[in-house]
Amino acid sequence: MSSAPGKNYINEKSGLWSWLTTLDHKRIGILYMIAVMTFFAIGGTFAMLIRTELFKVGPTIMTAHQYNQVMTFHGAIMVFMVIIPGIPAFLGNFILPMQLGAKDVAFPRVNLLSWYCLIIGASIAFFSLFYNGVDTGWTFYTPYSITTQNGTILMVLGAFVIGFSSILTGLNFIVTTHKLRAPGMSFWRMPLFVWALYSTALLQVLATPVLAITLLLLSAERLLGVGIFDPKLGGDPVLFQHFFWFYSHPAVYIMILPAMGVVSELITTFSHKTIFGYKAIALSSVGIAAVSFFVWGHHMFVSGQSEIAGILFSFITMLVGVPTAIKVFNWTATLYKGSISFDSPMLFALGFLFLFTIGGVTGIILAVIGVDVHFHDTYFVVAHFHYVMVGGTLMAIMGGIYYWFPKMFGRMVNEFWARISFVLIFVGFNVTFFPQFILGAMGMPRRYFDYLPAYEPLNRISSIGAWTIGTGFLVGLAVIIHGLTKGEIAGDNPWGAKTLEWTTSSPPPHENFLVQPVVTAGPYEYR
Amino acid sequence: MLSTVSTSSHFMPPQGSEVAAGVDTLYGFLLIASFISCVLVIGGLIYFAVKYRRTSPDQKTPYISHSTTLEFLWSFIPFVIFMIVFVWGWWVYMQIRTMPTDALEIAVQGQKWSWTFTYKNGRTSGSEFYVPVGQDVRLVMNSVDVIHSFYIPAFRTKQDVVPGRYSNEWFRAEKEGDYQVFCAEYCGDGHSAMMAKIHVVSREKFEDWLANDPYKGLAPAAVGQKVYAGRCIACHDTQPRSQKNTKLGPNWGGIFGSTETIEGGTAKVDENYLRESILDPNAKIVKGFPMGVMPTQAGQLSEAEISGVIEYIKSLK
Repeated sequence: MSSAPGKNYINEKSGLWSWLTTLDHKRIGILYMIAVMTFFAIGGTFAMLIRTELFKVGPTIMTAHQYNQVMTFHGAIMVFMVIIPGIPAFLGNFILPMQLGAKDVAFPRVNLLSWYCLIIGASIAFFSLFYNGVDTGWTFYTPYSITTQNGTILMVLGAFVIGFSSILTGLNFIVTTHKLRAPGMSFWRMPLFVWALYSTALLQVLATPVLAITLLLLSAERLLGVGIFDPKLGGDPVLFQHFFWFYSHPAVYIMILPAMGVVSELITTFSHKTIFGYKAIALSSVGIAAVSFFVWGHHMFVSGQSEIAGILFSFITMLVGVPTAIKVFNWTATLYKGSISFDSPMLFALGFLFLFTIGGVTGIILAVIGVDVHFHDTYFVVAHFHYVMVGGTLMAIMGGIYYWFPKMFGRMVNEFWARISFVLIFVGFNVTFFPQFILGAMGMPRRYFDYLPAYEPLNRISSIGAWTIGTGFLVGLAVIIHGLTKGEIAGDNPWGAKTLEWTTSSPPPHENFLVQPVVTAGPYEYR
Repeated sequence: MLSTVSTSSHFMPPQGSEVAAGVDTLYGFLLIASFISCVLVIGGLIYFAVKYRRTSPDQKTPYISHSTTLEFLWSFIPFVIFMIVFVWGWWVYMQIRTMPTDALEIAVQGQKWSWTFTYKNGRTSGSEFYVPVGQDVRLVMNSVDVIHSFYIPAFRTKQDVVPGRYSNEWFRAEKEGDYQVFCAEYCGDGHSAMMAKIHVVSREKFEDWLANDPYKGLAPAAVGQKVYAGRCIACHDTQPRSQKNTKLGPNWGGIFGSTETIEGGTAKVDENYLRESILDPNAKIVKGFPMGVMPTQAGQLSEAEISGVIEYIKSLK
């Protein structure tokens, strides 16, 4: 297929400088991949330290102060540097223009700028380690974050800069989706991954500025003594929580919607069957994005917001459950009468469905306000959001990497070891986080450096599970490195998928398609 | 209803109140509904995955795009279930949040990292307090530093304790016994050690305790020991200073009369050094311990209590 034989986006130019100044969305995607995987390794190491510390009662390998810093860095890195950019900026950057039949994103320079925002923001955040670190948790709740050590201001600044990376990516995707679709590709012919990224992009553009403003206000309070959140200066600490969650709840959907998009692609490809309820899945992404702006108060049921507000937020949260349930049912129905192969990406997609279902129903339990009063700020919540964020988003990232790996690098990964990595991650995940539901029911609060002896047995099981997950990701890393250098040559479309990115060569040429694709049918025409 | 109280179910802590029983009934329903949903989805997933596995590379699949009836049903049925549990949860929440009139009122103050309880007659207590069985109790709570959260698992209730405002929480214990209190809002290094105990006792015992001056007839060192148990225990151990430190602050054993290495020099540990460390903790920081962790106790402890703590430290070997 390729014209200049042997030329593709990887070998078209060479040298580090050509990568650092590239405007090619695929190369930028690879830059994001390297950055996100590095941050994931750091955040994951912190996770292992947390679980090792909690293996037994009493101090194990660190002090309470060190634990609180490790817990903060784990959360902040995983949220701001891994899960938020993970799918949109890495997989999305690579795949979205190709799925639309475009040469690139609408604003290639802005795209590169967004990567530098991530790197600069992350560097600033890590720099806080030299200023006593940060121990506020990733939520920066006031007034604690106003009174604690100096590093906090750097971490906040880092998150602020990273936010712009997210805004710029979102902006790029919105414009690209509206303006650069191939001839014939109407909105109802776009792949579901695009729909998910489009919904996510709306959230990124609309919600992230609120975080930026909030963090600026926090900095103004710390540096200039302007009274906004600190009651000593006449401020209101609960106001910070409103501002923070007004961004951070939509951010939860910035994290999960793209994962849902990946899973839609995987389920249909490996069932070799058209997706069931295309429009329902597409519109439910937009629906989730819209409703997600009005549920932030469910993070604050016991914060001291008014009871009426709490009840309203409980009600609206229930409404988010409906489009989410629709998606899960539609994916399951797609399997019906399919022709299902169990390649490693599909294992991750099925793993996603399994874990996300558990994460979803426990989300409903937490949305029931009378029950949440007990569960709020306990390990039940920790277990719930890890089921959604790790069991959901990270499973989708892994599945997505294995799925698009042949397209990105022209080679296949070792299928046997890819499946081993799945088994280790999936089993390890359940061993780690299922006991945490029980710990939460038993009343163990989260962010605890130490706990009562009654909680020790389940904590031990959880720690053993965490080490298993860690091993699984190490195997996954080995699979990727091996695939890059020694993998079998893939061919253009090894999975027999139907979306446009599979019609070009692997790896794709510089501007993706040698001939402008023209779309005449929907994205999943398995007939 | 007493018969349902104090049985533990679905790994929840023993029920200490009727409200707790109401929460658990709803939680039990949610668990069953969740379990059925998971079995339907995950069971369907596994069943389809096994039944429709790919058998040949050129296998064809039927083109099934959607079914309006099915999609309506699986939107509408979850919606109805969500509305049922929402209204039920609302009803339970109203019981948790409707403050009883005519309750025993206790002022609760949160500070890094201990709780102080003050009764109407002026009786105060640190890290533990007594209430009579079967009595409505209302806690009027505030914080002197950062946000804490007063969490009583056995009563299934929790409320943030926010500086600059008062918040409320109530319970009625149905059975005598000791109940655990946790701080549930992250508040720094001593967060996981910021615990308290509620002693639910008979009315007579409660009245005795309430009328009793806790320090009456006690030697200063014994007063100090009580203060320690109420306020200092989260961060200081009474083990000898020479032993490994497992808490946030230095161990107390044998420090009196010794010479401590502090930031920028040494200091002799005498009465005035200890007094300064209690009232202005950052003035002299023992080497190896971070600055700014301990809050001042000025205005929190009476003169008798400060002297008591110093005497108690002197008694520790």
